[in-house]
Amino acid sequence: MRTTRPFAALAALATAGVVLAGCSSDAGNQAEDAADNSAAVETDVEFEAGTTMAELNEAGTITIGTKYDQPGFGLLNPSGTPEGFDVEIGKIIAAKLGIPEEGIKYVETVSANREPFLQNGQADIVVATYTINDKRKEVVDFAGPYYVAGQDIMVAAGNPEGIEGPDDLAGKNVCSVEGSTPAENIRTNYPQATLTLFDVYSKCADALTNGQVDAVTTDNVILTGLVAGNPDGFELVGNPFTEEPYGIGLAKGDQAFRDFINDTLEESFEDGSWADAWDATAGAISGQEAPEPPTVDRY
Amino acid sequence: MVQFFIDNFPLLRDAFLKTLELSVLAGLLALVLGTLLAAFRVSPITPLRGLATFYVETFRNTPLTVVFFFIIFGLPQIDFAVGFFTGAVLSVGLYTAAFVCEAVRSGINAVPPGQAEAARAIGLTFGQSLREVVLPQAFRTVVPPLGNVFIAMVKNTSIAAGFAVTELTASLQRLSNANGGDILLVLVAVVIGYMLITLPTAYVVGRVERRVAILR
Repeated sequence: MRTTRPFAALAALATAGVVLAGCSSDAGNQAEDAADNSAAVETDVEFEAGTTMAELNEAGTITIGTKYDQPGFGLLNPSGTPEGFDVEIGKIIAAKLGIPEEGIKYVETVSANREPFLQNGQADIVVATYTINDKRKEVVDFAGPYYVAGQDIMVAAGNPEGIEGPDDLAGKNVCSVEGSTPAENIRTNYPQATLTLFDVYSKCADALTNGQVDAVTTDNVILTGLVAGNPDGFELVGNPFTEEPYGIGLAKGDQAFRDFINDTLEESFEDGSWADAWDATAGAISGQEAPEPPTVDRY
Repeated sequence: MVQFFIDNFPLLRDAFLKTLELSVLAGLLALVLGTLLAAFRVSPITPLRGLATFYVETFRNTPLTVVFFFIIFGLPQIDFAVGFFTGAVLSVGLYTAAFVCEAVRSGINAVPPGQAEAARAIGLTFGQSLREVVLPQAFRTVVPPLGNVFIAMVKNTSIAAGFAVTELTASLQRLSNANGGDILLVLVAVVIGYMLITLPTAYVVGRVERRVAILR
């Protein structure tokens, strides 16, 4: 990329655009695939009066918070609806509540607003690559996990720095997103690495392309999306060194709703709809088969 | 609540100092470059006028985020990489210089033309008449608009959060993700940080304005 260009900034922007465009075209295919195997909407369901399930079923609508910028999990497609594994999980839950796809209202949740949205009732559930941890459990409750990701490292193609794991990051410049759990992990457990923190991962990819950083680190599922966007430029180290259980966030203290979601998840693990959702979304991008479903944690 | 501030004080302090450092360095760059550009824009030499006009129109009409993209991700592609903090100083400074230039130029235009003519008539060169006669009068009238420009600039430094500079807005992102239940406290802390810079700036501008006010 080290060629002289008069409009380098435009080129940089264009690169970002191409990455995004690449993702959305994949996403477009997802929509068709996903449409074929959407979970059947329950028509005659009865819930105990007064429960959240009864309220949502009665209203015929549910508000789901998800990410709009994570290829494979939650990404807004060109027509303005989010797609991905998280979205499919949301649909499975809505279907069990007797709510058709048209009844699902999506709101964008970013890392910083997931707890407030649940606390204020702006979202009924949040399915947004939402790592379950104790600090978050103080303010919201989690159903699931429905997927266990792991922090991994992405490097330039050919791995010129020879980075095989987090210990090799010492003295290297590693990129992540400000405020994210992976960045916190590097800061605490691998303090010899120099952290460069942007606000979105696409900038980390640009910086890696330019050689301004040596590596990018975050959950493997996010890195997989970035590598898929530029397979000639990047490669995944493929050595996950943490466990990030993704849960479904809901308002604190709603035990009945949490049990219901956990039951729904276990059912989807067994009847194959979970694996179908994976194959149609994240699996379609990464080319990986559906992993073993995790064990639901009824803490 | 007190515990929150105690726990996160080192991060907030470092972030505040980073915003302050960025503001001061970018402000100095903008003031010097902006004044120089204003001199160019009123100079009798056509190429200088054209250059300064081109600069001002380019930077004033480009969103600051795009300027950041250009400096941080664009320049490395033509083998001219700068560090992330230096890049932030350059982005904010070069961008703000365009606004400083226009504020100073408005001040120069507010000095009655007779002043410059008289200065030239007694034998001062263009540079001398600008330095000794016109600019001192011009700066007095531009103190309030320059104050506005600098306060806006302090807030504009928040864009650097998206470009690998851990300043106040970046600490907002980090703290709000780590303390999902205390979003309000995080916001209050960050707003206080910005006000610690902008309110004294406004005060100093007010003082300077009164001190240099001309009795006409």
